[in-house]
Amino acid sequence: MPGADKEADLTERIEAFLADLKRGGCGTGPIRGSGETARETTALLRKVTAQARWSSAGDLMEIIRKEGRRMTAAQPSETTVGNMVLRVLKIIREEYARSRGSSEETDQQESLHKLLTSGGLSEENFRQHFVHLKANVIEAINELLTELDGTTDNIAMQALEHIHSNEVIMTVGRSRTVEAFLKDAARKRKFHVIVAECAPFCQGHEMATNLSKTGIETTVIADAAIFAVMSRVNKVIIGTQTVLANGGLRAVNGTHTVALAARHHSTPLIVCAPMFKLSPQFPNEEDTFHKFVSPHEVLPFTEGEILSKVNVHCPVFDYVPPELITLFISNIGGNAPSYIYRLMSELYHPEDHDL
Amino acid sequence: MADCGEPDGPDNKDNITRSKNEGKELTKEEKQRLRKQKKQQKKQKERKDEKGPSETEKEKTPVSLLPPRPVATQKAPSALPAPASAPIPVPASAPFHSSPTPSPADKPAKSKAELKAERRARQETDRASKQPGSSSSSIKTKAPLSELNPVVKRLPEHVQVDDPAVVKRLAKKLERQQIPLRSDYGYKVSLFSHLHQYSRKAPLTQQLSIPSTVIHPSIVRLGLQYSQGIVAGSNARSVALLHAFKQVIRDYTTPPNEELSRDLVNKLKPYISFLNQCRPLSASMGNAIKYIKKEISNIPSQCKEEEAKTKLLQCIDRYIEEKIVLAAKAISKYAIEKISDGDIILVYGCSSLVNHILCEAFEKSRKFRVIVVDSRPRLEGREALRRLVQRGISCTYVLISALSYILPEVSKVFLGAHALLANGYVMSRVGTSQIALVARTFNVPVLVCCETYKFCERVQTDSFVSNELDDPDDLMVTRKGKTQLENWQDVSSLGLLNLVYDVTPPDFVDLVITDLGMIPCTSVPVVLRVKNLDQ
Repeated sequence: MPGADKEADLTERIEAFLADLKRGGCGTGPIRGSGETARETTALLRKVTAQARWSSAGDLMEIIRKEGRRMTAAQPSETTVGNMVLRVLKIIREEYARSRGSSEETDQQESLHKLLTSGGLSEENFRQHFVHLKANVIEAINELLTELDGTTDNIAMQALEHIHSNEVIMTVGRSRTVEAFLKDAARKRKFHVIVAECAPFCQGHEMATNLSKTGIETTVIADAAIFAVMSRVNKVIIGTQTVLANGGLRAVNGTHTVALAARHHSTPLIVCAPMFKLSPQFPNEEDTFHKFVSPHEVLPFTEGEILSKVNVHCPVFDYVPPELITLFISNIGGNAPSYIYRLMSELYHPEDHDL
Repeated sequence: MADCGEPDGPDNKDNITRSKNEGKELTKEEKQRLRKQKKQQKKQKERKDEKGPSETEKEKTPVSLLPPRPVATQKAPSALPAPASAPIPVPASAPFHSSPTPSPADKPAKSKAELKAERRARQETDRASKQPGSSSSSIKTKAPLSELNPVVKRLPEHVQVDDPAVVKRLAKKLERQQIPLRSDYGYKVSLFSHLHQYSRKAPLTQQLSIPSTVIHPSIVRLGLQYSQGIVAGSNARSVALLHAFKQVIRDYTTPPNEELSRDLVNKLKPYISFLNQCRPLSASMGNAIKYIKKEISNIPSQCKEEEAKTKLLQCIDRYIEEKIVLAAKAISKYAIEKISDGDIILVYGCSSLVNHILCEAFEKSRKFRVIVVDSRPRLEGREALRRLVQRGISCTYVLISALSYILPEVSKVFLGAHALLANGYVMSRVGTSQIALVARTFNVPVLVCCETYKFCERVQTDSFVSNELDDPDDLMVTRKGKTQLENWQDVSSLGLLNLVYDVTPPDFVDLVITDLGMIPCTSVPVVLRVKNLDQ
């Protein structure tokens, strides 16, 4: 039967996606960038919306939450998956509210005043059925997809506002966003880029070769030389894996050192991060923040005899506190780290923060 | 003393050094006679040249300067009034430098008369300083007043690679000493165009002929070991250098009509140039060489050759014993007081001194753990890891990019140093300043361990002006069969930078442990002054 086929097809796709996630973000450099992960997740959620059986918004939200929980459990460090699920949930709430005819403001945050006057939690249970809800939701998700497609270009367009001629810019590791940013500025301005190679994966090498092919003066330095050359750097532009709810970053390891060196020399630190990387998580020092990969990258098995007597750590991420960051450049413009909480409230609904 | 009359800087210096060496033989009267002869020759030459205005000037100055000179010879013991009186009659009004070496940059600005006046004054001071007993006092009385007269130090060649005149001068000097010149390799980052960048695959020894009569074979071996990185680390390089010099001294025979004290020093000069070409000298090596040269030139001329050689060998052994071995013992004694049970100590790279301290502390049954931080491309921390694990110390190993992850666990940071500069900055392996910076952010104390023989009089505020560039090909890495930077030479806008040293500002360092005790970073110039007075 066609329905069953489609369902089987859907579950197959989800399973394939989960397996890919489990393998993909294994730290040797994501096989897929975060942008592609976000797009795939959203496309998958659109399919779920289209094909799953649901009668009211509440049902749909339950289904999406269930799938979302499975997807985030496959790779907890890949926060874009969870972010997209939250975006879709927010879209559903908005469309539901619009269909009901109630204005946007009543659905906003629970304020103290509302709590007192309404006498308890709002009785929204999303049980009403609307005919056009499905179409509206799918249309909104398509808009989200187009927004995702254009994020890198939106960020790159702002490059000329931030880079002047003869600057020395430092960056760490490899970020597709920063690469596009710098290439866009290089069309009109001449500047020098210093790339820290970011051991042990040395993704900085790939970034340097890509940048130098477009004619940008690039220098590759070892991680150990970051503080030594920082005195000649005018700006530090980095990408990140996640933007946390307090405005801090979860970025590739070595970024905290760069941020501290930049603060010591009073060099501005600019983070190029699209909005889909914004996550409602707060940093916590427990095990869930850090992700480790095989210590073979750090101390290879050829070192033999001492391996059994030595502890070797290879963390992938670093926490950068928000006070070290000067500016966030995202597809909706430039923001200070202290404004991140407000942006988050516009993108996600507080009740969805824990999936 | 010779007075050639041409204001040519290097030649003039050669004359003066030659005259210094030979000055003991000529008496005062002979010197004056020589001077008068030379002046007359010069006057005849200039009359032929027919230079109008300068001639009158020249005729004026010898006349005006003659009267103060006989006065000055009688006042020889007091060196100070002599140079002060000499330039007063000179009509030119140029700032007077009593520095012994003329700086090449100032030369064209002075007129011939001023240069003559300077030379005159220098000769007075030289003659005065030759008087026994008055020499030390004159130098000491000169010292406080000479604070106003800048001591013009000659800038070392290896930080002036972008100046073609300096490069040419070095090439000529090496040609004279029959040492091949090492050529730079690869595209140099513009910020560092004033430094050399050599390739490890092209050692200097490939250009030497076999057999090489100019350079002693143990020095050739040493140079090769330096350039290939087989002997690395400040202490190791100094000790290897001193052992090689011992071998040189053992094989040395004084040629006839030469004195050991002068000839041996001259023999050592091409060796030092050769080693400098293989790898720029470190501060510790520089201090060791200064010490040896001083010892050699202090050998009295009536000493027999065998006696002199054994004396020198003993001096070298004593230097190694005092400055390196005993200093390490003293430093570990102080440092062990700072290590308590339950400590987690972070070390960076491979410092022989810090490893020694940790092993000693472990022998004395202190319970602590060590975290070894390492960095590409040298990966020296693995060597330190091996040594510590062999002793049985429990270790953790991370790369420097994981520093922020590991630092919250750490209680103390122990760092080694390559040199301590006179303004309190610590020059050490690249990455040390980063560790000190992050440790300060996490409020972890940073202790630097350094022997006093590594203290040097240079001052530096950043890691650019004086550094060493290592082979840039070392940064390449092959991961999963792919080498990203394989053809970096083909891409014109891509450069690789492999720095060797960096400087740590003194406010990141909490304590420096030396063989003289535990001092703050800012007390380094005090120690240097004390050391200079002792010598």
